Amino acid sequence: MLTPSTEDDLARMVAGAEGPLRILGGGTRPVGAVVNGTPLSTRGLAGVELYEPGALTLVAKAGTPLADVETALAAEGQRLAFEPMDHRGLLGTQGTPTIGGVVAANISGPRRIQVGAARDFLLGVRFVDGRGQVIRNGGRVMKNVTGYDLVKLMAGSHGTLGVLTEVALKVLPDAQAAATLRCRGLDDAQAVQALCRALASPYEVSGAAHLQKGAGDRPETLIRLEGFPDSVAYRAEALQKALGGVGVFEVETDPDATRAAWDGVRDVGPFHGRGGDVWRLSVKPTDAPGLVARLDGVEALYDWGGGLVWLLAPEDRGPAIRQAVSDTGGHATQVRGGGAGAFQPLAPAVAALQDALRHKFDPRGILNPGRMGRAA
Amino acid sequence: MEMPAPDPTVLARKDALIARFKEVLPKDAVISDPVETRAYECDALTAYKCPPLAVVLPSSTQEVAAALRICHEMQVPVVPRGAGTSLAGGALPSGDSVILGVARLTEVLETDFDNRFVRVQAGRTNLSVTQAVEEEGFFYAPDPSSQLACAIAGNIAMNSGGAHCLKYGVTTNNLLGVTMVLMDGTVIELGGPHLDAEGLDLLGLVCGSEGQLGVVTEATLRILHKPEGARPVLIGFDSNEVAGQCVSDIIKAGILPVAIEFMDRPCIRATEAFAGAGYPDCEALLIVEVEGSDAEIDAQLETISRIAQQHDPVELRQSASEEESARIWLGRKSAFGAMGQINDYMCLDGTIPVSQLPFVLRRIGEMSADYGLEVANVFHAGDGNMHPLILFNANTPGELERCEALGADILKLCVEAGGCLTGEHGVGVEKRDLMSDQYAPADLEIQMAVKDVFDPAWLLNPAKVFPLDISRAHRDRAA
Repeated sequence: MLTPSTEDDLARMVAGAEGPLRILGGGTRPVGAVVNGTPLSTRGLAGVELYEPGALTLVAKAGTPLADVETALAAEGQRLAFEPMDHRGLLGTQGTPTIGGVVAANISGPRRIQVGAARDFLLGVRFVDGRGQVIRNGGRVMKNVTGYDLVKLMAGSHGTLGVLTEVALKVLPDAQAAATLRCRGLDDAQAVQALCRALASPYEVSGAAHLQKGAGDRPETLIRLEGFPDSVAYRAEALQKALGGVGVFEVETDPDATRAAWDGVRDVGPFHGRGGDVWRLSVKPTDAPGLVARLDGVEALYDWGGGLVWLLAPEDRGPAIRQAVSDTGGHATQVRGGGAGAFQPLAPAVAALQDALRHKFDPRGILNPGRMGRAA
Repeated sequence: MEMPAPDPTVLARKDALIARFKEVLPKDAVISDPVETRAYECDALTAYKCPPLAVVLPSSTQEVAAALRICHEMQVPVVPRGAGTSLAGGALPSGDSVILGVARLTEVLETDFDNRFVRVQAGRTNLSVTQAVEEEGFFYAPDPSSQLACAIAGNIAMNSGGAHCLKYGVTTNNLLGVTMVLMDGTVIELGGPHLDAEGLDLLGLVCGSEGQLGVVTEATLRILHKPEGARPVLIGFDSNEVAGQCVSDIIKAGILPVAIEFMDRPCIRATEAFAGAGYPDCEALLIVEVEGSDAEIDAQLETISRIAQQHDPVELRQSASEEESARIWLGRKSAFGAMGQINDYMCLDGTIPVSQLPFVLRRIGEMSADYGLEVANVFHAGDGNMHPLILFNANTPGELERCEALGADILKLCVEAGGCLTGEHGVGVEKRDLMSDQYAPADLEIQMAVKDVFDPAWLLNPAKVFPLDISRAHRDRAA
């Protein structure tokens, strides 16, 4: 295992590598093909380098544990608004998630529907490309259109374009209060209809989920509101009224209960410790219930108002899931049990562009080769 | 600012090129008469002008693909053009280039309020996207100040922002998908009504690539329900430092205003003389706007006012009605018009870390005195995106050059302060030659390598973004 302690070290190791490297943050999200190569961990590159609460900006080395970032932010009443998911419970992995890993896999949570994904909060990156060169793109300011946006390209590239060494993030104030509106017993179509209606309101919904099997294995539809206490109370009542035609939504304001409910959605709690494959689908929300209904023997958890579908499926459902997504639009990733075929197959012209980009960033094809589906 | 000399071999093929265009495009979609091409000789950066070889105005993705295929085969440079409102010269032609205008691609293709998106042709104007959905109470969030005229295609090319991005983000945060034509005529789809990319985030890469990677013909855009209401508070201070500290304290208090606008004394005086909005004559003025129901707005404005009071404001005016709001915004919205009244001006667009605000304003004041040119500052303080306006007289020989030199120095100052050259206008030709001040050679090299992937022959808007000597050396090495 290579564990560089500085960016220069890392650059030298990559430049001197004689074969494939398996790039690791905390190693908690092994989605996609297993890379046969020398492990290279960024955990030696750790530490928050700059944090300006008044400017909503934080810069950290890539190997900084996510928990350290969240602790620093919480001390100032701020947070990573995109609410990165913790994959350990779902994938049965050990280890310490890093901020670089969150960025490399573009990991977001329920609040993505309101505020955007990890990539939307990424202001700048430093990384080492496949030649061992240190590259900088973006910066630490919120508005920056100077040159091409490689920042977005690096987010979600799973270490196949470069090894992240530093990330700059926009952060946001934590909410003073939160409430969950909860309705039990809706079917999938009714639930997604309710979630769409809530999201199309002016009430700033920050979470919209439906669990086919919630508490007591009964369907549970959840809507989250956050903000100043009076404002949350006002909007909760307004939404209750607006959704009256769909079902009875009760308001939960206990902070611990609300946090637990949304951590469960974020980390796909209902699937923890259960056998089978896990799929993650990104689709147009109103397409989701029909798509799920076409698949036998699966259990679904809907987030992002229906646009994100988590499926717990028997091992032989891959082709049926791929077919269903291909018919309706969107994309699917096999998060557990996927291997080399985990990522969505791409249209040939788009695949050709992606291969050519990888070749430019990593001409020798040594950075996580094949991790996202095609060998470089 | 230098543009490459037109390629005589391209100029010599003009007739053949026009004939090929006429085979695939309607007659009125091909413009080659030198009198008519003059209408396309510049964009909103009017200091630089050059009529193109020809102009094509396709009406569909297929026609765009056909036109690009011809240019690709004949190796003719193409400059894509939205509405021509770029302040950075993004749509400035070269004499041997074809302007590909998307002005005829204006249809709304799909509106979906359940899934909260609209799909439009990319030549549609920014404001008319909102107009297409506002009857149902929705809007498209990015709102560049040229929104009445500017096209979505240009917004995507430059990753345009606006006054409200502190809360709603810029174009890239509101763009869900595109149909794009590559230089060789290949049509690709990126994204769609679903969220996040499959594979690498090419959509994020394309947004802000200044028309150098492909021509976007259709866009899927996120729409949001309008807030119940919005109202501002106006706060005047006797020092820039204190105003900057107040911005920081508001943000630290957990409030996320939809806009925080900042004007300095030269700007306040000019707008006051022009619009008479009743602004106090003070060093720095903030307009902070919040959204929500009436009660929510009142509560937030109260908190903001309480914070502001701790900084001894010379004026604090909370809006309680639409009329009062309009009055508070009047001066800010007429700032550019007011400047234009006094003088010619150049509008800069650097971004700085908010914490550097007092330092940067002080330095700009010193530089302004050194150059003998007045600078007025109006900007989006919440996100640090500055718009220093340098006043000059274009009829005085040498003054434009002096103004450009001061502008370059101010932008370098933004970079030194930890910021960047451009926050929302783009690099274009205007800031092209400063790119080496922000990026190291390897940083630029890999960006140019991205262009190689999408446009190996560098035919799409080739003289923009990268300094000419650097891009020439890169292409020579690649060849």
